[in-house]
Amino acid sequence: MPNWPILSVITFLPLVGALLIMLCVRGEGKLQEKAAQQIALWVSLATFVISLLTLKYFDPANTGFQLVENLVWIPAYKIAYIKGVDGISVWFVIISTFLTPICVLSAIGGVHKRVKEFMIALLLLESMMVGVFTSLDFVLFYLFFEGILIPMFLIIGIWGGEKRTYAAYKFFLYTFLGSVLMLVAIFAMVQHVGTTDMRAMIGAGFPKEMAVWLWLAFFASFAVKTPMWPFHTWLPYAHVEAPTAGSVILAGVLLKMGGYGFIRIAVQMLPEASVKFAPLVIGLSLIAIIYTSLVALAQSDMKKLIAYSSVAHMGYVTLGIFSFNQPGLDGAMMVMLSHTFVSAALFLCVGVVYDRLHTRDIARYGGMAHNMPKYALVFMLFMLASVGLPGTSGFVGEFLSMQGAYLANSWYAFIAATGVVLGAAYMLWLYRRLFYGDLTKDDVRAMPDLNAREYAMFLPLLALVLWIGIYPAPFRNVFAPTAEKILSDTLKLAGGSHG
Amino acid sequence: MTLPLDLIAVFAPLLGAIIVGLGNRALGDRAAQIITCALMLCAATASVMLFNYVALEHHVLDRMLLPWIQSGTLNVSWALHIDTLTAVMLVVVNGVSSMVHIYSVGYMSHDKSIPRFMAYLSLFSFFMLMLVTSSNLLQMFFGWEGVGVASYLLINFWFHKTSANNASIKAFLVNRVGDFGFMLGIFGCYLLFDSIQFTDIFARAPQLADTQIIFLGHNLPALTTVCLLLFVGAMGKSAQLGLHTWLPDAMEGPTPVSALIHAATMVTAGVFMVSRLSPLFEYAPSALAVVAVVGALTCIVAASIGLTQFDIKRVIAYSTMSQLGYMFFAAGVSAYSAAVFHLMTHAFFKALLFLGAGSVIHAMSGEQDMRKMGGIWKIIPKTYTLMWIGSLALAGIGIDGVFGFAGFYSKDLILESAIASGTWYGQLAYVLGLAAAFMTAFYSWRLIIMTFHGKSRADHHTLDHAHESPLVILLPLVPLALGAVFAGYCAWNWFGGEGRAVFWGHALFVVPERDTVAAAEHVDEIYKWLPLLMGVSGITLAYVFYAVKTDWPAKCASSLGAAYRAVYNKYYFDEAYDYLFVRTARKLGDFLWKRGDDGFIDRFGPDGVAGAVVRLAQRASAIETGYVYHYAFAMVIGVAVFISWFWLKG
Repeated sequence: MPNWPILSVITFLPLVGALLIMLCVRGEGKLQEKAAQQIALWVSLATFVISLLTLKYFDPANTGFQLVENLVWIPAYKIAYIKGVDGISVWFVIISTFLTPICVLSAIGGVHKRVKEFMIALLLLESMMVGVFTSLDFVLFYLFFEGILIPMFLIIGIWGGEKRTYAAYKFFLYTFLGSVLMLVAIFAMVQHVGTTDMRAMIGAGFPKEMAVWLWLAFFASFAVKTPMWPFHTWLPYAHVEAPTAGSVILAGVLLKMGGYGFIRIAVQMLPEASVKFAPLVIGLSLIAIIYTSLVALAQSDMKKLIAYSSVAHMGYVTLGIFSFNQPGLDGAMMVMLSHTFVSAALFLCVGVVYDRLHTRDIARYGGMAHNMPKYALVFMLFMLASVGLPGTSGFVGEFLSMQGAYLANSWYAFIAATGVVLGAAYMLWLYRRLFYGDLTKDDVRAMPDLNAREYAMFLPLLALVLWIGIYPAPFRNVFAPTAEKILSDTLKLAGGSHG
Repeated sequence: MTLPLDLIAVFAPLLGAIIVGLGNRALGDRAAQIITCALMLCAATASVMLFNYVALEHHVLDRMLLPWIQSGTLNVSWALHIDTLTAVMLVVVNGVSSMVHIYSVGYMSHDKSIPRFMAYLSLFSFFMLMLVTSSNLLQMFFGWEGVGVASYLLINFWFHKTSANNASIKAFLVNRVGDFGFMLGIFGCYLLFDSIQFTDIFARAPQLADTQIIFLGHNLPALTTVCLLLFVGAMGKSAQLGLHTWLPDAMEGPTPVSALIHAATMVTAGVFMVSRLSPLFEYAPSALAVVAVVGALTCIVAASIGLTQFDIKRVIAYSTMSQLGYMFFAAGVSAYSAAVFHLMTHAFFKALLFLGAGSVIHAMSGEQDMRKMGGIWKIIPKTYTLMWIGSLALAGIGIDGVFGFAGFYSKDLILESAIASGTWYGQLAYVLGLAAAFMTAFYSWRLIIMTFHGKSRADHHTLDHAHESPLVILLPLVPLALGAVFAGYCAWNWFGGEGRAVFWGHALFVVPERDTVAAAEHVDEIYKWLPLLMGVSGITLAYVFYAVKTDWPAKCASSLGAAYRAVYNKYYFDEAYDYLFVRTARKLGDFLWKRGDDGFIDRFGPDGVAGAVVRLAQRASAIETGYVYHYAFAMVIGVAVFISWFWLKG
């Protein structure tokens, strides 16, 4: 246990960086842009390094919250500033701090207007993300949870593509529904328990009928965030319009807030209702897996295709969580970790050629394996991870999640496994259209292969994808005891096992 | 054992693939060839030494490498498990692979991506080795999917060709359908046995022989269900009827690939799987019956298609599929050692035939259509001789008790075991296998005569350039040819004779009352002679058709009409699948996207609401910034503040 508030430091360090850019980098010009980029890069890297210390101080065997910071904030309403992590949330903190420097690198190549502001927005986003995953006070949690939307809106709205207004709009309308309902539910819970401390909510036990309503309210919010079918239609638009760095954060971290919320709030605080509604969630997950995989087959826009594949992959997350057994929950966590790196990498891959040719239309490319062999290799490896090839991170999670589903009901696994076939179909078809065939278009032929900056983005992601795929134990060991505890508590409270 | 032979045998090819794959252009062609070939030869040497240590000196090697996937009671590790079955596979895989590596040095010498090709070949070998050395279902699955990816990459090696692109995707997807079954089988095994470790599964299988499980809402016999699910995986990888459509198309890949992956090794993975799981399949007799029937049907259907094709590689591809059918029905009648025997001999003579065909194609400037060949045996006599040897082995020519080519021993053992099993499916398999033996001989000599004899049908240009292949191409064929001649004779004792029990140890398991290989010795003489009769008459008929009465094939085809067209068009499997699955999936995807997402969810969800809001907003005030979401966002904050205020006050 360190004698300094490490979680607060990593939450607010990026904010400090943002302020630094705001205050110190004055005026416009190449030099200023460069300064802003450098500050953002080094601050986010520093944050990542410090966040790794949380892993060092973290004791996996302890299934409670650790590194807790507790300050009285608004005493009159018992609102406190409480931070802490457990085995589940510590990983989400790390992925947030890990992805941000990569996003900065991507933005250095891809964002050319209002560079300074973009860097500020990215750092702000990072603060918010770390804030969500480390907050143990419900009000604080809610502030971060909703606050994230501001920089994300700005990133889509200012640096986005042509239809950014419509995209941001749609994003808002969905989230609006979830946010309001969640806020009401939080108030109701706080009133019932008498404190805003989230730790007190776990195991507090809510009256049956109330729990049902609370669960539905949270479900609305998390189902939109995850996103689950049929609340997913904002995602393809948001991705398509967002700049590359925005898509990376969106797919890599923001979607995980849904999964995290399901585990932390729905399952941990409302176990009975969660078990009760499990068939609903699983049903929607299975629909999502098949439905969005089929839709992905029909796409002609690269980003839309990968966005739909994200929905399908997140289907394995909710499927795993609500199977209520160990492989299922472990699988859900592994899918989330893997999806973070793989989807981030795939969006970065799209960004590579988008930066060169400024189009996402798959038909505009073709034959790139001829002139960009290194890019082709990198894309191939991430594509294989996305289709869940054993030996890559994609497989570990999908396998466990489906194993969990099978233990609950063989139909679940049967349908989910169909998605594995479809997943291969749309990804191979995408790859074939981008990379194979003859190199006929002159502008495609003129594109240079990966540069050093792009290597720097991809290599860490690639290393992680293979590491998790071959030797996932160091990752799993951190969250496994907590996940086991959560599961046994849930089943105990929900009375009897499910499935 | 002083050297870690197992590690060398498995990881040397991986090392080669990584060095050459990453070094690619920096290394250069020659270095890439030397590194991969040398490491493959190391692996092959290690495999032979392992075979000696494990199979002949009766040891079993187990080496734990690294924990892999754990969750609850599920605990899977990377590990190497080498018993006799694995040792045989190691020799086959590394032996054929090293020959194919050397052959490729010559065959691909004009290609501009030599390092990439060599790296892919080595990578394939590594995955195949991980598959056969696995001690659990999951690592086997790793190798299984890995060889699938390597096969995908190699079929598509000439990626500028659309036909190669399509063939590679087809191969991957059809195999994924098989893997879908494999995965469900693994899930089922974990549910049943609480482990997916082979030793645990085999130890508990006998007690669970009569257990039922609920699968997809039905109460089914547990072991039969998981065995059949796993067998779906085997059907995909080994191109059994129904999931076979990818194999002929896979011939788009360079010929060394067809020899190594689509003849000698990868496609036999399914046979290996069933043999490896013999202690499980033995307690699921109904599953075995299905295996036998599927194998027998594949055997005859593929052989019949082979009669009609004109592409030299496709003829051999259908022949491969048909021979795999033999192996499966052997496994289906519990004659696992016969199945592995044929797997081994087939690897020799089929790799020989493919590489020989490659030599022909090389000589004919890339021509693959047998209608444009003929009369070249004098130009390429060495290739011609090697093709004869391969065909004699494939047709199973030999005289009982004297000497025979490799296929003679293994194929006859399979057929005799089938009839000796005394089951209806054994008898069915025997009859179909016998008919297929006739067809095999026929299409083999059809191939030889069309390719090498008669008047040349090639154009002058091609003929002028026709030449015997260089030594680097011919030399690797020699060990394969030796195998095609002697492998059956030399290995008979281990696979079908007295030494069987000692040789295999616990690697294969057969319930004593179903030991069909032992019973095969006592079948009537007639059953032993019929296969040879079929082979000889097939050869004779082919000679009559293609060398004497050369107008008969066309007459025959036209008089058969629709039946001939059905066979020639491969029974329309491709067309049916395209119509049923490919187009349906595309259409459904398009429908769900345009009608589902845009037409329904959005129309009645966000867009509907948004439209109403916009109309309201437009009426209420002029939009200044033009971004409605600014207002919308202000709204959510407003609502939040409003509610908070109420709550704090109350």
